[in-house]
Amino acid sequence: MTVFPFLFWVIALLTAGCAVAVVVSQNVVRMAAWLLFALGGAAGVFFLLGADFVGATQLLVYVGGTLVLVVFGVMLTAQGPFISMKTSAAEWGISAVVGLLLFGVLAASLITATWQSSDVTKRLRSDMAESRDTVNVGKGFAGLEVGPAHNATNDTTAGSQNRVHTSYLLPFEIISVHLLVVLVGAAYLARAKRRRRGTEPLAMRS
Amino acid sequence: MTDFLEEFLKPVLIAVIIASALVSFVAGSAVFFIWLERKVAGRIQDRLGPTRVGGKFGWLQTLADGIKLLVKEDVIPAAADKLLFRLGPYIAFCGSFAAFLALPFAKGVVAQNLNIAIFFMLAVMSTEVFGIILAGYGSGSKWSLFGGMREAAQLVSYEVPMAICVVIPVLVAGTLNLTEIAIQQSGPFWNWRLFHDPFTFGAFWTYFTCATASCKRAPFDLAEAESELVAGFHTEYSGLRWSFFFMAEYASMFAVSGIAVLLFLGGWNPGFLWFDLGDLGGNNNLLSFNVLNTNINVLNIIGQVISVVIFIAKGWLLVFVMVWVRWTLPRLRIDQVMMTCLKYLLPLSCMLLAGAAIWQVAMPALVQNWLRVPVGLLCVGAVIIVAFKMWTTRQQLPASGVSFDWKPSR
Repeated sequence: MTVFPFLFWVIALLTAGCAVAVVVSQNVVRMAAWLLFALGGAAGVFFLLGADFVGATQLLVYVGGTLVLVVFGVMLTAQGPFISMKTSAAEWGISAVVGLLLFGVLAASLITATWQSSDVTKRLRSDMAESRDTVNVGKGFAGLEVGPAHNATNDTTAGSQNRVHTSYLLPFEIISVHLLVVLVGAAYLARAKRRRRGTEPLAMRS
Repeated sequence: MTDFLEEFLKPVLIAVIIASALVSFVAGSAVFFIWLERKVAGRIQDRLGPTRVGGKFGWLQTLADGIKLLVKEDVIPAAADKLLFRLGPYIAFCGSFAAFLALPFAKGVVAQNLNIAIFFMLAVMSTEVFGIILAGYGSGSKWSLFGGMREAAQLVSYEVPMAICVVIPVLVAGTLNLTEIAIQQSGPFWNWRLFHDPFTFGAFWTYFTCATASCKRAPFDLAEAESELVAGFHTEYSGLRWSFFFMAEYASMFAVSGIAVLLFLGGWNPGFLWFDLGDLGGNNNLLSFNVLNTNINVLNIIGQVISVVIFIAKGWLLVFVMVWVRWTLPRLRIDQVMMTCLKYLLPLSCMLLAGAAIWQVAMPALVQNWLRVPVGLLCVGAVIIVAFKMWTTRQQLPASGVSFDWKPSR
């Protein structure tokens, strides 16, 4: 047994254990702490597999962003210290059904999927190693021509249509503007509620 | 058996050696920074600082502090959430320590030469805040809870302009690999990204402000704020657990300073040599030896050692500036902290990013290549003049205006 499968099993077991602890524990902040280890473990698996970018993004987005906001929200809204959540039997049942269904879908697709042969993976890996900067990614994102044109050999008539014009910029912008609208709406709702009560603290005003 | 040694024990052993080297560096520099903090604070407040433990300059003061912390009683409040209370300091320390795995100290002197080193460092350091929030929440004390909440609000806000300021030199360099970013800046000091264009110059100062805030150092130390919150998130901590928070703070101070040095201040390049010190040997095979199937060039090793010394010196200089700022500026109020970030630093960093991008595209090559030379010369000249002035007038600084035979009138 080499060191990498060993580390994989250790990290995977720890991650799974922490994920179970998230479900079992009743204190919200403790759940967040277990979730921290579960997400960190998932990032560790990514690092182990050589997907540094995905692992770091996992840490930055989920641990540094989402999880902090979860705990922040709990702190702001908690009435007393160390609130605990009791889960009823019906909730356990429903979530068990949903979880098992999801597990079934994932397991079925993992078993039935045809995996790429190893030489294709190798070629992909060498392609990745050769691209030394992010310029091509940005160009492709904005819909500019990147790399060899698709179908360049059998389609010579339509010269301009050879180019890959799949711009992701417009959908991306639409999504981000949509998110901005949602954020502004949420801020407006929160603000209106506070003003009605007239308990705006001094520090928030300036 | 040999397979087991080769495939299992060797990587583990290498990992343990590298990790312990990094831990000793982090702990050693924390010891030095705490002494520096006391000494600088003393001088700024017109007193001498530690003078007794370990000779004239109080070199061993931190060691004495450490022994005191080790033997101190470890108290966990009855109202605390024991698990979270215990976890907090370790999460904070692991977060800031793990960032050092991707921090290159010289060409080839790095634990993991990641493609995305700078992104990895920012991501890992963002987990440090979680330990502080857990500590603040788990203490079961109102002061701690307030400290933790302030920390969360402040860190989440300051992460944004800090990341944007990091993107600016990355944009110029075209890579996220810190080693390559530093190699690009080898040669004379006007190659440093600080002097590359007006926008990177502004980005350095903005980055440094945000970095100071992200280490929760004064004037942004609202999470501890002695005058309002007793000690903020670490009110209930004592002994060794308390000292872990400080190890984490000093470690992340050096980490963010190291990022600033690599991105803006030429990394390990001294600024007056025309080659990279890691290539001191070049292709010269006279002094190279074959040790354990690896070709080792003695001149390269010497160059790397000198580079490490230069890099650490630059990092310590920036940490000194943070200490200097802490004892010079008064603490901001929490709303002022948020306002500084959201109203000033965030728009400023966005404008700097846009400006740097436009500069890259629109400026003629002549300006791009040669403006940095006079700007760099001017800045370095100003720094040298100020340093010279400070050195020649240093005797007047402490206790000026008060003669040694001064006695209180009572």
